[in-house]
Amino acid sequence: MTAELNIQDYIAVQQLYADYGLTLDRGDFDHWPDFFTDDCRYLVQPRDNHDRGLPLATIMLTSKGMLLDRVYGIKETLFHDPYYQRHVIGAPVIREREADTWRCEASYAVFRTKRDQLSTVFNVGRSLDTLQRTADGWRFASRLCVYDSEMVPNSIIYPV
Amino acid sequence: MTARQRICYALLMNAPTPSLNWEAGDTSRIPFAVYTDATLHAKEMQRFFYENHWCYVGLEAEVPNPGDFKRTKIGERSVVLVRDHDQTLHVVENVCAHRGMQFCRERHGHIKEFVCPYHQWSYTLKGDLQGVPMRRGVRQDGKVNGGMPADFALADHSLNKLRVACRGGVVFATFDHDMPSLEDYMGPTILGYFDRVFNGRQLTLLGYNRQRIPGNWKLMQENIKDPYHPGLLHTWFVTFGLWRADNKAELRMDAHGRHAAMISTRGNAGKAGEVAQVSSFKQSMTLHDASFLDIVPEPWWGGPTAVMTTLFPSLVIQQQVNSVSTRHIQPDGHDAFDFIWTHFGFADDTPEMTERRLRQSNLFGPAGFVSADDGEVIEFSQQGFEQKPRHRALVEMGGRDTAETDHMVSEACIRAMYAYWRQVMERP
Repeated sequence: MTAELNIQDYIAVQQLYADYGLTLDRGDFDHWPDFFTDDCRYLVQPRDNHDRGLPLATIMLTSKGMLLDRVYGIKETLFHDPYYQRHVIGAPVIREREADTWRCEASYAVFRTKRDQLSTVFNVGRSLDTLQRTADGWRFASRLCVYDSEMVPNSIIYPV
Repeated sequence: MTARQRICYALLMNAPTPSLNWEAGDTSRIPFAVYTDATLHAKEMQRFFYENHWCYVGLEAEVPNPGDFKRTKIGERSVVLVRDHDQTLHVVENVCAHRGMQFCRERHGHIKEFVCPYHQWSYTLKGDLQGVPMRRGVRQDGKVNGGMPADFALADHSLNKLRVACRGGVVFATFDHDMPSLEDYMGPTILGYFDRVFNGRQLTLLGYNRQRIPGNWKLMQENIKDPYHPGLLHTWFVTFGLWRADNKAELRMDAHGRHAAMISTRGNAGKAGEVAQVSSFKQSMTLHDASFLDIVPEPWWGGPTAVMTTLFPSLVIQQQVNSVSTRHIQPDGHDAFDFIWTHFGFADDTPEMTERRLRQSNLFGPAGFVSADDGEVIEFSQQGFEQKPRHRALVEMGGRDTAETDHMVSEACIRAMYAYWRQVMERP
C-alpha cells in the first residue's frame, strides 16, 4: 500500500461495483462494456479450473471489442429463455493498492428469475478485479469471476 | 435425481416397458415416450450404459501420475479412474464392498490406496480388498471378541472392477467383461475419425465446463447427429461464416448406425444469406475483435475444418477449427443429464496455439456462442414431450432412410441411431 486511502476513491469504487450489478440487472447490456478499459480482460471461470491452475474459462474475453461482440451475441444471435438476473455484491476488499490501480476481491450472488417461474440461485462466487483510474473515473481493467456454481443450470447467457 | 427416484428406477429396471407406436413403421417418426418414460430409461441404462457398450471415463492426461484419480460416472453409476503404482489404469465402481458407501468424495486427487471412511476397509488401486479392521476380533480379558467368520476371504470382496480400454490417451471402461474390443466397438469408419484427433500425441488438459441440461440424454446425441440445425439455430455461426448449409460435408456412421461423424469444410461459394435462410442474418456484420475466429489450420485436420463425432451412448468428440474437447453425457433420470466438457490441447502446441484454443472455446460450453442455445432447445424440447407424451417427433429431412450422405441437409444419423435403439431395446 502506498499513499493514504482516499475515502472519495473508496466510495467511487463501491459505486462502480453497485452500478455494475444494477446495470446488468436492468438488462442494459449496451452499457456493460462502459465499465471496462479498452484493453480489459473479462473471465467467468469455474472454481475447479481456477483452483487447479487450469486456464479454461466459460467466458474469456480479452478486449473491449470482445465484450461488444458478446453483447451482440446476447442481443442478436444467442437463442435463450428470457430471464431476469439480480446481483448481490459484497463490499470489495482492497487486496493491493497503488495510486491509480487497485486490486479488489468481492463475493457475489446472482439470482435468476425466468418468466412464470420461481427465483433460483443461479451463480455464486467471487470476483478478482483490477480497477484502473481513468479520465472518466474508475474502470475494470480486469474482472475474473470465479464461480462456485460449477454445475451450470443449463446455460449462462448474460454477463455476471 | 433424488434418493427416492433412484429407488424407483431400480424397481423399474425389470418392469415391463410400454409398447411404442412407431407410426411410420421406420424411425422417421419418433414417439415422445422414448424421452418421457421412466421404465424405458431404466432399461436404457442397463442395455446401453451397463452392458455391451464402452463408455467414456476420461483422458490419461487427467491422471498423469501413479496415485492420481478422477471420480466420474458411467450412466448413473459413480466410478473412479485411477493410475496404479505400476502405471496401469483401473476403473472401479465407487461402492464399498462392505456396506455399499460411495467412499470416494473428492472429484480428483492423489492417493496411495482407497479407504472407505465408514469402517476403514482399504483397497489397492487395482480395487483388491487389502485390509479389514478387527478382522480377527479384539482381544479383551484373555478372550477374542468378534471378528469376521473364519471363511471370510479378502479375495472375495474386491471393489467392482471394470474392464478398461485406452486409445490415443482416451480412457473408456465397461461393466461388461465379455464385450468386443474398443476398436471393434467403434468400427473402422469412426475409428478413423477418432484416430484423426487422438493420434498418439500427448494431450494437455485445459479445463472443464459442467452444465446440467433438463432434457433426456439422447437429445444431446441427436443434437450432434443433426446437421440441419446449426445453420438455423446457431445464428452466430452463420453470421460470422463458420457454418453454411452449402459447406462441403459428409455424414458417416458405423455399421450399426449408433456412432456418427459430421464432417464439414468451410467454403465461400454463393452468398451466405441465400443459403442461411435465417431471418436475423446480417451479411455486413463483422466482429469487433476477430480473435474469436483467429483460425490457424493444423496439418492433422487433413482437410475438414470441423468433425463432430458421437460415440454412442456417452461421448461427443469435438473438433471445431482449433477448439477440441470431449463432451461427456451423464444421464440423471429420464429428464436430465449432466454434460461435462473437457477441453484439451497437445503437448507440442505453442503458447499462441493454446491461447487460440482457449479463445475459440468462447464458442462452446454452457455460455458458448454456438452451444448455449443447444442446451436451451433441449430443455424446451423435453417440455414439449412431457406435455404430449403420446405424440411423436418428425425426422424426415433428407428422406426416411438411414444411409450416409455427402451433404448436410439430412437427419439420417438420428434415424439410424433409433434403428439401433430399437434393435437393442425391443429385443426381449
